[in-house]
Amino acid sequence: MSTAAVPATRLAPSLSDRLSTLIFSRRGLLPGLLILPPLLWFGIVYLGSLLSLLANAFFSIDEFSGAVVRDISFGNFVAIFSPTNLDVALRSTAMSLSVTAACIAIGFPIAYYMARHARGTGKALLYVAVMLPLWSSYLVRLYAWKLLLAKEGAISWVLQAVGLQWLLDGVLSLPVVGGSSLSFSPLGTFIVFVYMWLPFVILPIQAAIERIPASCLEASADLGAHPAQTFRKVIVPLAMPGIAAGSIFSFSLTLGDYIIPQVIGNSTLYIGQVVYRQQGVAGNLPFAAAFSLVPIVVIGVYLWLAKRKGAFDAL
Amino acid sequence: MSSAVTLNRVSCVFQSGGKAFRAVDQVDLEVRAGEFFTLLGPSGSGKTTCLRMIGGFTLPTEGTILIQGEDVTHQPPYARPVNTVFQDYALFPHMSILDNVAYSQMVRGVERAVREKRARELLDLVRLPDVAQRRPAQLSGGQRQRVALARALISQPRVLLLDEPLGALDLKLREQMQSELKSLQRELAISFIFVTHDQHEALSMSDRIGVFNKGRIEQIATPADLYARPATRFVAEFVGAANVLSGEGARTLTGHDSAMIRPELIRLGTESGARTGGTVAETQYFGAFWRLHVAVAAGARLLADVPAATGVPAVGQNTFLHWDDGAVHALGAA
Repeated sequence: MSTAAVPATRLAPSLSDRLSTLIFSRRGLLPGLLILPPLLWFGIVYLGSLLSLLANAFFSIDEFSGAVVRDISFGNFVAIFSPTNLDVALRSTAMSLSVTAACIAIGFPIAYYMARHARGTGKALLYVAVMLPLWSSYLVRLYAWKLLLAKEGAISWVLQAVGLQWLLDGVLSLPVVGGSSLSFSPLGTFIVFVYMWLPFVILPIQAAIERIPASCLEASADLGAHPAQTFRKVIVPLAMPGIAAGSIFSFSLTLGDYIIPQVIGNSTLYIGQVVYRQQGVAGNLPFAAAFSLVPIVVIGVYLWLAKRKGAFDAL
Repeated sequence: MSSAVTLNRVSCVFQSGGKAFRAVDQVDLEVRAGEFFTLLGPSGSGKTTCLRMIGGFTLPTEGTILIQGEDVTHQPPYARPVNTVFQDYALFPHMSILDNVAYSQMVRGVERAVREKRARELLDLVRLPDVAQRRPAQLSGGQRQRVALARALISQPRVLLLDEPLGALDLKLREQMQSELKSLQRELAISFIFVTHDQHEALSMSDRIGVFNKGRIEQIATPADLYARPATRFVAEFVGAANVLSGEGARTLTGHDSAMIRPELIRLGTESGARTGGTVAETQYFGAFWRLHVAVAAGARLLADVPAATGVPAVGQNTFLHWDDGAVHALGAA
């Protein structure tokens, strides 16, 4: 029996043998099979829902019944350009830009220190410090900020104690950013946005700076560049893909958020809140869909500008 | 002859995990103007640290460094009148080749048109005229090497530091670059300080060589001197092949306590007048010569290089070894 079994296995290879031969001889097969499920997920769930969103934006609702009318119209897109809605879009974009700028300004030095100076335990602790806020609930942190920023809150109490109350009052009396207290001013909204997205900006910048070879910085100094020149001509350009990645996070997260400005701020609306109200309270799903395309367009323009500025050249 | 770089009792101690490591230990060195000086040694011997201290990337723990008579011990790299070709070339990946080469002119505020013209001249000098608009990633290793050279030379340094620049190239290219570097150095008449662990490279290119071992310089000499009259056992064994004898064997064969005979100075011959005899234990063919490993009395093994044209005895045969009195070089205390 055993003598017959040997040639038999040689003549008829098992299914797994044939499968592995097939995979070996067709190099594209295995990667193709592996990528198929995520590709389906991405195609159907991501792009599909985005496309249905786009399609919805062309519909409208019946004024009386509130039912969705499935006729193509551009009414929603025209409505976006009404003064009120345009105001919301511009305010959201301005907020996103300033939050992004502040996140980069605060995050870059931290990222630089983490990548080039911190070693061993110090570096691990810095990582934990940057990531730690992400381990707790977003809402908990948001309401904690509400307490910190309130009129009788910790920040105002400390400033009063050190005799800097006049500074806070001065800042809050400024037009546009000011308000009755930090928690009821766009400045407060800005502070919380910066706090929330900072880890998402620090980490990609840190990764980009870590990839810069030390010899490139030495070469720059060797060729006569002062530290400030090395920073401008070598470090910043080579960190740019990380800065761009981080800024995409902070920019798009700010642009789409509807909870932070709801809890902290002077109740002027941001894009996310308008979308939220249109689909919830007003029940105008088509208009909500149209308005939610605004951040997509704005981010598209943002990326296009970043690319034109050469932000991805060092990739 | 004036001095380009002088090191006075320079040491460099690295602290790691509470332990002190003397990477460079009390090194005295003088590189003359227009000289091709090589720092030769095994890895970890302190030669690269020494070069980095001249460039300003590592600061010495003690001692002084002078470049063209000026004390630069505490100057940052950008203030020093030397330039470096890095081992990994360290080209800026986000800049074109032209911008890379023009970099040191750019940071010194030289006008664009002027510095680009100069950069093109340098690219011509290293025979890479057509790559100006490409990125470093689009070049081969040999081309990147030349770009690094052009970039380091554009501001006309009086001293060029080269940190194992040929290490990453394949043999053929390396040999070609060796002769190109040598002729470039002669043409520009500036000092090259060249770090390598390759003794062939050191011998074929240098005016003088400093041999490093464990942070110290064992010997500074011309290649010919170094080869014929090594000061220590380490130098004798590191530079070229050597029969280093010591103890009883050395005294009977050479009359010295410690001595060296280069394999090519040993001839095969007849029993009469032979210094010693032995059995061939191994033969190696090197193209130009055969290297015989001959087991002689007292368990010693001598290498003898005989021209490939002459016949060689087979393994296991007996043979007799001859050499002139001048072939024996007495070594100092190891």
